[in-house]
Amino acid sequence: MQIIYILWLRQLKRYLRSKPRIIGSLAQPLFFLLALGAGFGPVFSKAGQGNYIEFLVPGIISMTLIFTSIFSGMEIIWDKQFGFLKETLVAPVSRFNIMIGRTLGGATLATLQCTLVLFLSLIAGFRPVSWGLVPIAILVMFLSSLLFTALGTAIASKLDDMQGFQMIMNFLVMPLFFLSGAIFPLDRTTILGTIASFDPLSYTVDALRHLLTNVHFFTLGRDISVLVILTMVCLVVGSYFFSKVQI
Amino acid sequence: MPIIEVKNLTKKFGDFTAVKDVSFSVEKGNIFAFLGPNGAGKSTTIKMLTTLLTPTSGELFIDGNDVQENPNEVRHSFGIVFQDPSLDDELTAYENMEIHAILYGVKKKIRIERIKQLLEFVDLWDRKKSLVKEFSGGMKRRLEIARGLLHHPKVLFLDEPTLGLDPQTRNHMWEYLRKLNETEGITVFFTTHYMEEAERIANHIAVIDHGSIVASGTLEELKTKTGTKSLEEAFLKLTGRDIREEEVSKTDVMRARHNAWTRK
Repeated sequence: MQIIYILWLRQLKRYLRSKPRIIGSLAQPLFFLLALGAGFGPVFSKAGQGNYIEFLVPGIISMTLIFTSIFSGMEIIWDKQFGFLKETLVAPVSRFNIMIGRTLGGATLATLQCTLVLFLSLIAGFRPVSWGLVPIAILVMFLSSLLFTALGTAIASKLDDMQGFQMIMNFLVMPLFFLSGAIFPLDRTTILGTIASFDPLSYTVDALRHLLTNVHFFTLGRDISVLVILTMVCLVVGSYFFSKVQI
Repeated sequence: MPIIEVKNLTKKFGDFTAVKDVSFSVEKGNIFAFLGPNGAGKSTTIKMLTTLLTPTSGELFIDGNDVQENPNEVRHSFGIVFQDPSLDDELTAYENMEIHAILYGVKKKIRIERIKQLLEFVDLWDRKKSLVKEFSGGMKRRLEIARGLLHHPKVLFLDEPTLGLDPQTRNHMWEYLRKLNETEGITVFFTTHYMEEAERIANHIAVIDHGSIVASGTLEELKTKTGTKSLEEAFLKLTGRDIREEEVSKTDVMRARHNAWTRK
């Protein structure tokens, strides 16, 4: 337990100490929100879909979530050769504990980041439908962050150079993001709607949209069940692959 | 009984055999230099000894424990300073030490005492609250050595510990290590490309080339065997004068990038 805690704490300390990193990582979602919001807002309302900013905020939070989480999982590629990870790999500690500590740390950071984005979006005029549901939304963020950090860890355990990282970013993270309905409404009658139901991020987007704006595509129960099951699977697979990591 | 024992160790990466049926042993309290040209199999051997890599075949023992069967026992008994840095740059010197102590299960009271003692030993006690990223290369190495000693290992592995350090820092570092070896009886196992370093420090030397041990013994034995006057000559005679065309590995590419970003 102490091992998991100290590895988690380490990541939190690193994050809180690096102010430029925090500001830098908030800029991207903010720009997306402002640019897309201002650009597509009028079209969206003309199409009779209502307020686009309101629709977009859960999507932008999910974007922050998937990028931050996968990235922190994938950091392993670098970290095992040039970073602190190697120090933990020769220590008399089980690989499982190292993986869990790291993943919890990464997921906590992603959740913090998403919460910050949520509060920033208030400036852009966003208001959650009920403040009472916000803590639950944050729990959903944490759950999804765990999922994607573990997924990143699983992939990174199998890669040994940074080129692979670019591949994953372009061929996995981008499609997951664009197909999730984060920036446009899903439609059951189109093929996209069907594809989206195979995208784990769709369930994050949907759950957050449900909790924050009371609009949904699936049901909350389905969202949460899918996320819980996938998180379990990713944690198991991730820690298995991580236990096999050789340098 | 020798503290490190390697029996018929082989490691293959696909078709390539990095380490070929290597056997050697290191006596307790020795300072052992493990020399070889680039790509000879030095780092691969160290990685296998330190549980980071699984051998294809062969047996390894550290302090009587089988490395493959009891990795955790073995991990308690060695400390290591890697070729590439493994400190957390965003944490302070003290925090890096503290995390190490917790990972190795050093109790709080002993921890506080030892961290102070070791940081004083490597002259970093007044910088304990500085972030590691503000440290020079030499300071980082010293901190890594202090950290590697924190759990009182019986063996300290150092993989090219003096690479990129100036002569002052190098001297300083070897003095520490020699002192440690004398007072605590810690076995030191190191690799280096600086022959004069090995000549001066080591009391036992092994030369590895193309994955096999080509010679092993004391400095005098190596010189007599090869009929040369210095270790450098003996080394060249044993391993030839050809420059090794080592293929650039992915790690090297990343290392180059890493150095480009962090060099000051």
